[in-house]
Amino acid sequence: MSLSDESFQLRDLQTLEGHTDRVWNVAWKPATGVDGVPAVLASCSGDKTVRIWEQSPSSGSFQCKAVLEETHTRTVRSCAWSPSGKLLATASFDATTAIWEHVGDDYECVSTLEGHENEVKSVSWNASGSLLATCGRDKSVWIWEVLPGNEFECVSVLQGHTQDVKMVEWHPNMDILFSCSYDNTIKVWAEDGDDDWHCVQTLAEANNGHTSTVWALSFNATGDKMATCSDDLTLKIWGAELLRMQSGDSYAPWKHICTLSGYHDRTIFSVHWSREGIIASGAADDAIRLFAENGDGLVDGPKYHLLLKKDKAHDMDVNSVRWSSAGNSLLASASDDGTIKIWELTSLAGHEKPPQ
Amino acid sequence: MTLGLINANPVVHAKKERVARPADDPHADDAVDPLEIYDILLFFFSNIRDPEHPYSLEQLSVLSEESITVDEKLGRILITFTPTIQHCSMATVIGLCLREKLKDCFPAHFKVDIKVAPGSHADEEAVNKQLNDKERVAAALENPNLRQLVDECLYSSEL
Repeated sequence: MSLSDESFQLRDLQTLEGHTDRVWNVAWKPATGVDGVPAVLASCSGDKTVRIWEQSPSSGSFQCKAVLEETHTRTVRSCAWSPSGKLLATASFDATTAIWEHVGDDYECVSTLEGHENEVKSVSWNASGSLLATCGRDKSVWIWEVLPGNEFECVSVLQGHTQDVKMVEWHPNMDILFSCSYDNTIKVWAEDGDDDWHCVQTLAEANNGHTSTVWALSFNATGDKMATCSDDLTLKIWGAELLRMQSGDSYAPWKHICTLSGYHDRTIFSVHWSREGIIASGAADDAIRLFAENGDGLVDGPKYHLLLKKDKAHDMDVNSVRWSSAGNSLLASASDDGTIKIWELTSLAGHEKPPQ
Repeated sequence: MTLGLINANPVVHAKKERVARPADDPHADDAVDPLEIYDILLFFFSNIRDPEHPYSLEQLSVLSEESITVDEKLGRILITFTPTIQHCSMATVIGLCLREKLKDCFPAHFKVDIKVAPGSHADEEAVNKQLNDKERVAAALENPNLRQLVDECLYSSEL
């Protein structure tokens, strides 16, 4: 496929209103939006609630189906669906992580994870759904084992970051955990043979890393590349030899591939890599930008170019951008303006969807 | 919240005369004017005390007219304030107060950056980073103790 020869547009399909404060994060429910299953999206906000939005099969528009409230007592900073879509985890400034289950027409809080000293800022499930990671202002990263009966047991508390940890994200197909922080670094955590978790790599300024807070990270579909975004106004692409890592004989370190700078001119809060290879970024300049790998130029390693920019995507900061994994070219964005927007990426040539 | 006096002998400046604006002021429209922000903040400052002192922030010369720049086209406001001493532990609280006050005064889409004046604080870089990390600002304002402190600053001017 060549994303470099085509022109694309990001079409504004719908604005979802309902939250009464800034929207921090959105998450598409896995296995929805395909095979006749309506697309489902969760959003969380400074208004202390989580909202569940569902696409109507007839009209195609999204409607709020549920408001998860009266559980978190402060900002809900982050939300993440388990890989099966059965559970939703929500991380809050109230120092807890709540686990919600869809029961009948309702979402029920079935478990509350306590342990962080104060604000929990991010939550992530591993690929199999057997492990959960959380992180927060107390500089620690926690790993929880998912046990039967909605029980969660803390198996490790990882110290290493020197400042609050902004986001945790599991590798898409291996049990390796990534965290990024206000201390400007990205840390990679792996388990040794004895159930002990260790930091196996730190990507810092000295490794061509970021020079200010790293807000988010995202992997490509195969998991051999990672994109990170920062308050230093850059996006960085990192790569690792996946085959070497999967063979298990040694750890393959992540290396800096390139830096995308000169695009956003305020803090970049969110980055997300689509299954189709398009990187979306959302920033405090109210804009959304899309990047793709160049079709050529593999001599010096992969290079990336700006596919399109959407200025004034929102009236205020864009806090989160998330591609649907359903192959429907839908992108959701969340903003300080209190809204969520649903976008569709279409090709200008014949209004076709981009190559899958 | 009880704090020992860190700066027992601050330099106190005279309160400035406020210039009355004529009715046909060219800045009376929707345009954002640095002087207008200064007036608002100065009025606000003249009525609030430094959390550590009986003096108002205006008298302590925390803010000057030159310390406010506005880019109307890009919708950006930069406020640079001068903490009373190099180790001022209240710098982040003053910054929070400024941010909250400005939020009430200007359209929501304006981007506000708040910094301490170059060389005015021992941990300049750390203070600036914290003041402009909106997640930490949001979390701080949900902290009951800090919220109370900021509210006292904000609303004491209305008493």
